[in-house]
Amino acid sequence: MSDRSTFTALVEVQLRPGIADPQGATIERALPALGVRSVRGLHAGKAFRFEVEADDHAGAVAEAELVADRLLANPVLEEWTVTVTGPVSEEHALAAGAAGGTD
Amino acid sequence: MAARVGVVVFPGSNCEHDVVQSVRALGAEAELVWHHQDDLGGVDAVVLPGGFAHGDYLRPGAIARFAPVLEAIARFAADGGPVVGICNGFQVLTEAGLLPGALQKNRGLRFVCETVELEVATDRSVLTGGVAPGTRLRVPVNHFEGNYTCDARTLAELRDDDRVVLRYVDNPNGSVDDIAGVCNAGRNVVGLMPHPERACDPLLGSTDGRVLLSALLGASVPC
Repeated sequence: MSDRSTFTALVEVQLRPGIADPQGATIERALPALGVRSVRGLHAGKAFRFEVEADDHAGAVAEAELVADRLLANPVLEEWTVTVTGPVSEEHALAAGAAGGTD
Repeated sequence: MAARVGVVVFPGSNCEHDVVQSVRALGAEAELVWHHQDDLGGVDAVVLPGGFAHGDYLRPGAIARFAPVLEAIARFAADGGPVVGICNGFQVLTEAGLLPGALQKNRGLRFVCETVELEVATDRSVLTGGVAPGTRLRVPVNHFEGNYTCDARTLAELRDDDRVVLRYVDNPNGSVDDIAGVCNAGRNVVGLMPHPERACDPLLGSTDGRVLLSALLGASVPC
């Protein structure tokens, strides 16, 4: 058995400033119909969650950053942020796996 | 001896047979190359056709660029072999880093499907060799992510090095500098959003695509 732990990574991908975000603009324009007139600067993006097995937190961050930079975002159009939490305890990871596997 | 053109097929490609048919109509040979192949089988040119490789999941071309065939194409291109990416094929080539820039969603979030007028910007590419700059061609476009973009430095480089291959006469998608197609520094890798293979038969309303595909075949020296 290895001593590697399971971490949870969240990668958020946003369009770079200056790249048109017609989706965000369209969503923002719909808000007055909801009676909301206080929202500005709405941007649409993508979020990816996954688990990473690594020796430590720094190793998990490095792996998640590689995934974000080389696959999840296109650096010409997008920028990304990585948030890594954990390690998740083994019991918790098993429970989450079981919950995800039902139905 | 006729040139042999390899037409790459990803799960979700849908223009490969159009390319095969139009290339054969011009007197060359064409064969399909499955994306899992890591060898191009000695073809003289490669075309990455349009479609929706891997369902355009994540981003158009983002998954396809990891296919084994892309490594073979990169080697072929590095040796000077002619490579053309049409529409989704163009997106794959930018994701693979074989061409600069990226294709973002069209201006106004509009899917465009129409025949547009193109102007040849340079004759120094494998797709436009022998075609006088300024020549106008009517060729269909059919895309949602065809809005070409790149940073200011890349754009200056493309202009200074005469690497903008085709421009739209009436820009349908918001592409920077009206760019419809670009080439690499070696001029042997070209990407374009319009579909020349859909403009090779009078029945389809234009035969101007033959000019481009003929230039490609002219640049493809049979082994």
